[in-house]
Amino acid sequence: MATVQYTAPDHFLCDELFTDEQKIVRGAIRDWVDRSVKPIIEDYYERATCPVHLIKELGEMGAFGPFIPQEYGGAGMDYTSYGLIMQELERGDSGIRSMASVQTSLVMFPIYSFGSEEQKRKYLPKLATGELLGCFGLTEPNHGSDPGGMKTNVKDMGDHYLLNGSKMWITNSTIADIGVVWAKNEQGVVLGMIVEKGMSGFTAPETHGKWSLRASVTGEMVFDNVKIPKENIFPGVKGLRGPLSCLNSARYGIAWGVIGAAMDCYDSALRYSLERQQFGRPIAGFQLQQKKLAEALTEITKAQLLAWRLGVLRNEGKATPAQVSMAKRNNVNMALQIAREMRQVHGAMGITNDYPMMRHMMNLESVITYEGTHDVHLLITGNEITGIQAFS
Amino acid sequence: MKILVCLSNVPDTTTKVRFKDNNTSFDANGVQWIINPWDELALTRALELKEGSNGVITNVSVITVGEAFAEPTIRKALAIGADNAYRVNSIPKDAFFTAFQIAEIAKKESFDIIFAGIESSDYNGSMVGSMISEFLNISSVSSVSAVNIENNEIKVTREIPGGKEFLNVTAPLVAVVQKGIAINPRIPSMRGIMTARTKPLTVSEAVACDSLTEFVNYELPQPKGKCKMISADNVKELVQLLHNEAKVL
Repeated sequence: MATVQYTAPDHFLCDELFTDEQKIVRGAIRDWVDRSVKPIIEDYYERATCPVHLIKELGEMGAFGPFIPQEYGGAGMDYTSYGLIMQELERGDSGIRSMASVQTSLVMFPIYSFGSEEQKRKYLPKLATGELLGCFGLTEPNHGSDPGGMKTNVKDMGDHYLLNGSKMWITNSTIADIGVVWAKNEQGVVLGMIVEKGMSGFTAPETHGKWSLRASVTGEMVFDNVKIPKENIFPGVKGLRGPLSCLNSARYGIAWGVIGAAMDCYDSALRYSLERQQFGRPIAGFQLQQKKLAEALTEITKAQLLAWRLGVLRNEGKATPAQVSMAKRNNVNMALQIAREMRQVHGAMGITNDYPMMRHMMNLESVITYEGTHDVHLLITGNEITGIQAFS
Repeated sequence: MKILVCLSNVPDTTTKVRFKDNNTSFDANGVQWIINPWDELALTRALELKEGSNGVITNVSVITVGEAFAEPTIRKALAIGADNAYRVNSIPKDAFFTAFQIAEIAKKESFDIIFAGIESSDYNGSMVGSMISEFLNISSVSSVSAVNIENNEIKVTREIPGGKEFLNVTAPLVAVVQKGIAINPRIPSMRGIMTARTKPLTVSEAVACDSLTEFVNYELPQPKGKCKMISADNVKELVQLLHNEAKVL
C-alpha cells in the first residue's frame, strides 16, 4: 500500500469549516487523482495528448455535474463540494479540471438552466456518465472579452435554423459529442443551442502548438450552413445573460481549482527544501527559502478562506458575479505566482518534469486568460465599486 | 448470504505521531482519520463478491467500535457501497474489548462471512479477527489473500511460508485478510456519497466487558542515525565500523 507523498496545507484549520461529507468528496477525488492522473500526466503533457480514457472515469466518479439534481444524472451536491472537486482535479492538472469544468458549468449547467425538459432528459444523464462529452462555443477569433460583438449567427428558416460562423479556443472541441453554442439571430439577440457532432457543415479543427494545457484538447468550431433543428434551441434564455451565467459558474470552479495547483507546488517545494542540502544543511533553513514558503502558505490560506466563503454564499444563492470575479482573479494570480516561486525553490530540478511546477505554471497562463482575463476581472470589480464601466 | 466487514478507524498513515499526558496517551489533535487500509481492501472484496454473486450475497454490512468521531469513516464505507453499518459507541479499548463488542452484534445478525483486516495500522495488534471467531465459536482463517464463492462453496487462499494454501471453508467463518485480497481500495463516487446519507447506521452502546490491557506509556522510535558513506574499495574501514561502532560483528 504505497503512501502518496502529499500533505495538503491547512494552516487556518479550514477543514473545520467543511462538513464530513464535503471532506469525503475531497478525499475521494484526491485519491482518484493520485491513482489515475498523477502517474500519467507528465507523459501525456509532454506528448501534448489528452488522456481521453479519463473521461469515463470522471463520469464514473461523478465529477461531471455534481450539483445537477440526481433525477438528471447528477449527484445533487452543494457548490462547496463542487469547488472541492475542482480543487483536487486541478492539483492533478488544469487540463483535467478544465475538461470537468466545461462539461459541468458550460454544458450541463446551461442545459439544466435553460434547456427544455426533453433536452435535459436527452443529454444530461449521458453527460453525467461521460458517455457524451460536451464543449462550449462563445469566444470568436475577433471577439474574446467582448462576446456581445459575436459574428456567429442563425437565420430562421421556418422549420429549422441555419448556423454560420466560427468559434475559437474551445476546450474539448475535437473530441466533443455536442457543443453548447451561442449565436445571434436576425434581430441581434443571442440564442443558445445544442450542436451535435456529425451535423452537416460543422467541423472542429484542433489548435496545435500550445505551450499550455497540453493534456487537454483545444480547437475551433466552424459552422458552414449548419442546419439546427428548432428543438435544439434553448427555450429558457435570450441575450448574453445565458453565456455569462455559464461563465460565472465556471469561474467559481476555477477560483477553487487553482488552489489545488498552488497546494501541489507548495507541497512539492516544502518537501524538496527539507531534503535538499546545501552548505551542509537543508535549504529550508535559509531565510530566502523560508520567505518564499511562508508567503506561499499565507496566500494559499487567504485563497482557501475566500473560496470557502464564496462557496457558502453560492450555496445560499447570494454569490454575485462580481464576487466570483474577484475570487477567480485573486486565486488564479495567487496560484501562478506560487508556481513560479516554488519552481525557484527547486532550483534547476524545478524545470524538469520530475516536479509539477512548470506544468502548473504553463497551464495557469491559460487559466489567468480564459473565462475572463485577469485585467477584465479587475475592471468588473472597478465597475462594482464605482458604478462606471471601464471596458466598453 | 450476508457479509460483515470490521472497520477500524485509524489515523492517516502520514500522520506525525505525538503523545500527551506524559506519554500515556495518543494525541489525536489535528489527526485525519481513515479506514484501516486492510479493512478497506476487505470491504472492496466483499462488494466485489456481492456484485458477482447473482444475488446469493444479499447484504454487506460494516461495523466499527468507536465514538461519534468515527462516523465519517463509516459514511465513507457506506459511500463505497456497504448496505448498512453498525457503530458500537465506545472507545475501542483493546483487541479483547473490540472483538467482544463485534461478536455481540454478529450473534444477533448471523453473518456468513466476517472479514477482518490482518492488523490495524495504528496499534498493529493482529488479534481482533481471531478473537471474534472464538467468541462466536466459528471457523477462522488467517493470512487470507483471496476469497471466492463458487457453487455456494467458500474458497479461501492463505499465504503460507514458501507458497499458498487453498481451502474450502464452510460458513460461517471469520476471514482475517491481508494484502492481495483486493487490488486497490474502491473510491466512493459522488453519487455513492449522496446515497450514503440515507443508508441505515445503527448505533448501540457497548456491552459490559473488561478491558484486559493496561497501556503504561508510549515512546517514539529513535531517530534514524546519520548515514556514513564509505568508499566501495575501503573494505577495511567498513569492517572496523561494523565491529567497533555498530557492534554487529
